[in-house]
Amino acid sequence: MRHSRLIDGLLIAAVLLLALFPFVESVFYTQLITKVLIMAIFAISLDLMVGYTGLVHFGQAAYFGLAGYALALMGPQYEAVSLWWSLPAAMGVCALFALGTGLLALRTRGIYFIMVTLAFAQMLFFVFHDTKIGGGSDGIYIYAKPEMKIGETVLLNLEKLDQFYYLVLILLVAVYLFLRRILGSTFGRALVGIKVNEHRMRALGFPVFRYQLASYVLSGALAGMAGYLAAVQYGFVNPELLSWHQSGGVLMMVILGGMGTLYGPALGAFAFVLFQEVMSNQGWFGPIAKHWQLPMGIFVILVALYLPQGLAGLLQKLGRKPEVDGNEVDVNEVDVKEGASHD
Amino acid sequence: MDFAFFLIQLLNGLQYGLLLFLVASGLTLVFGIMGIINLAHGSFYMIGAYIAWSLASLTGSLTAAILLGIPLTVLIGMVLERLLFRHLYQRDHLYQVLLTYGLILVFEELRSVIWGDDVHGVAVPALLSYSIPLTENLSYPVYRLAISGVCLLIAGGLYLLIQKTRLGMMIRAGASNREMVQALGIDIKLIYMLIFALGVALAGFAGMINSPLSSVFPNMGGSVLIICLVVVVIGGIGSVKGALLASLMIGLADTFGQVLLPEVSGMIVYILMAAVLLWRPEGLFART
Repeated sequence: MRHSRLIDGLLIAAVLLLALFPFVESVFYTQLITKVLIMAIFAISLDLMVGYTGLVHFGQAAYFGLAGYALALMGPQYEAVSLWWSLPAAMGVCALFALGTGLLALRTRGIYFIMVTLAFAQMLFFVFHDTKIGGGSDGIYIYAKPEMKIGETVLLNLEKLDQFYYLVLILLVAVYLFLRRILGSTFGRALVGIKVNEHRMRALGFPVFRYQLASYVLSGALAGMAGYLAAVQYGFVNPELLSWHQSGGVLMMVILGGMGTLYGPALGAFAFVLFQEVMSNQGWFGPIAKHWQLPMGIFVILVALYLPQGLAGLLQKLGRKPEVDGNEVDVNEVDVKEGASHD
Repeated sequence: MDFAFFLIQLLNGLQYGLLLFLVASGLTLVFGIMGIINLAHGSFYMIGAYIAWSLASLTGSLTAAILLGIPLTVLIGMVLERLLFRHLYQRDHLYQVLLTYGLILVFEELRSVIWGDDVHGVAVPALLSYSIPLTENLSYPVYRLAISGVCLLIAGGLYLLIQKTRLGMMIRAGASNREMVQALGIDIKLIYMLIFALGVALAGFAGMINSPLSSVFPNMGGSVLIICLVVVVIGGIGSVKGALLASLMIGLADTFGQVLLPEVSGMIVYILMAAVLLWRPEGLFART
């Protein structure tokens, strides 16, 4: 988890820029960037699975939607609930769901793991789609946004766009730093070790299954945080939040951005949502804006063919040269170097 | 549930299952032999349906449309293999997922540009457009029976092709050891191209013959893709036999689920898959 100084610098600059962003005072763009930041949390949570644990989870949207439904169903419909307990509770529900499904899913590997995780997400999708819980296929409204109070003092008023924006930004940075810390610890090193050579780690005495399960549950809980925030922003939840398109979309963000980097998937979320927003802008592209998925698809194909490290790979190439200042060399950096020398 | 009603559901389930088999068999072949996860496989089903609709309204006959459409889908498959998929054989599955996801978007938009976003119906061929009466008020459409029959013929044909012909032998050999087959002087690239085109044509054909029943609509490939992935995984990747058994299981489970347990019908298929995979983590007929 060593980062080049260039990338750390860029990340700090990006966060500062984002912190200043609400001063633009545009309702539309503040909402848009809020959405991007939420998707960034979502994508980072999946990167923990795909990039660090080496297991491609194709049902991440299950937690995203589940947390939203948890928020919608937890409190009285027209009264605000307190964020202090509803956010941990929603994440806890996701963690429990992850624990239950993870115990089963982690028995499989490779494409079978992809499909089992998809299957669990689809089951949950149909629970909310076909039964009366949470309003069936129409979904359910969340009339009052959660409150953030200490005593009687309102800390942040989430009805206000820019205050909600800051909450999301703070949580994104917190999630990033938290995961960076976790992944730099023995636990994270062991996870990556398992990803590279599971048998060897097992032979060394690491409890492989428990490590993977811990990562699986943590990933689910963090995806739940993103889902909770999304539900607060949209003000309603419906089964579409759990659909496989959503799982596919967030997986695209992770691969597009560059998996196994944490900041890459956040970058992917930016690229994905903003690309969609720009290309579907009728003011700029007129009648062809309706077909924004075409350039999006071509963009995704070109990334798959020519940018195997994703957008983060591009950044790493830029920041690679002067940054190797010690004897320890990051695995990712070595990969990039070898890849570059073939070119 | 009386017997006639049960029989209708049974036939519907078998017909749905056999149709799934057409799409899933191509997916499992491409998966098992070429090692490619193709998320765009559902799009070929959709393209087939749209080709059938547009050619049927042009020629006035679905039969003619299908006869013209099959070579068209084969051609599409060969071109795609040559231009795109050939570059993916050695790549990690994740990049295959990424590229084929991009392809879904491209195909959907091309469909929108070429054919529009409306829902269209396709007429059943006049020859098959009647029903067999079962009781006073229940009858069964002949067209569905015809679909089942055609699918069974194709399943048999696939079996003969893979198990009994020289080409099939090369295909099986190519699946187990690509280098060795190449060293023996067999053009493996050509064989891959043929398999891919076969997969596209099967999916396209399924879309064509099912278009009168399902009608033709945007994003129709998505749900078919997911169900077919389920079929492939239950059957065991690369196993055509497994795909047939799994398709029939899924077809019957889904059809009877909708009748008997409408509340949870959507879930049944996935519960079935989870159960099978927990029992046999590599599917029913896994290659080892």
